Amino acid sequence: MPAGTLYRGREGMWSWVAHRVTGVLIFFFLFVHVLDTALVRVSPEAYDKVVATYKTPIVAVLEYGLVAAILFHALNGLRVIAVDFWSKGPRYQKQMLWTVVGLWVVLMIGAIYPVLGHAARELFGS
Amino acid sequence: MATTESTASGIGPVEGAGAFSGYDADNPAPLIEAPRKRTKKTPKSTRGNFEMYGWLFMRLSGIVLVVLVLGHLLIQLVLDGGVSKIGFAFVAGRWASPFWQVWDLLMLWLAMLHGANGLRTVINDYAERANTRLWLKGLLYTATVFTILLGTLVIFTFDPNIR
Repeated sequence: MPAGTLYRGREGMWSWVAHRVTGVLIFFFLFVHVLDTALVRVSPEAYDKVVATYKTPIVAVLEYGLVAAILFHALNGLRVIAVDFWSKGPRYQKQMLWTVVGLWVVLMIGAIYPVLGHAARELFGS
Repeated sequence: MATTESTASGIGPVEGAGAFSGYDADNPAPLIEAPRKRTKKTPKSTRGNFEMYGWLFMRLSGIVLVVLVLGHLLIQLVLDGGVSKIGFAFVAGRWASPFWQVWDLLMLWLAMLHGANGLRTVINDYAERANTRLWLKGLLYTATVFTILLGTLVIFTFDPNIR
């Protein structure tokens, strides 16, 4: 793959692919999330029953994946805006992607305990 | 037709040029309209700026959504016991405040429109048949309108004393 081309292979294209995939996944979750929240108009019991499934260890792992998708989409989205509106954006798109990835890794490590802690306590006892 | 009288530059006589072009004041050359010339049949606007506004909307709503959604995740999944605290009582407590009602309403509308426009782009990119695009987009717009209206209705008509 030739180096120096902007959006063919390499960081530019793969970040675009990841942005698409995470975007579609988030949209499908959003649709389901509005439906489950709408249960507050049915009854407190109906809502609490569905939310109880959100607190199980398996769904906790899915929530961690959701956080991963949203954080990448948000950080890379800001990078896309910088590429489009900042005069030096296209020149630094690779450096900005690796900054995004670095920030994402740090935030994902930070999210382990808050998002997965309750699942670990349930599985392994506290 | 003796037209080969090559000059020093290597360019022969140009057809139609000079005194023997065949056109004069009584016999003018036919008018050739400039490409893309606006005529009476051309609509006022041959294409709008919809895609440009869509592009701009993705960026503007994206910036706002970074704040709204990451704030939402922090409140729901990280602070105060994370997901364990969520329940009807927690929702009732938050929607008692107009601030969080507006927050959630804005997040709902912006996220749904941002996501719908993103999926519209994806459909346009990958669905090659016109009919497939039509049906997929019809489904997308139906689901989007339904979800936005349902969510808006729930926020505005929420009743903490439903029991």
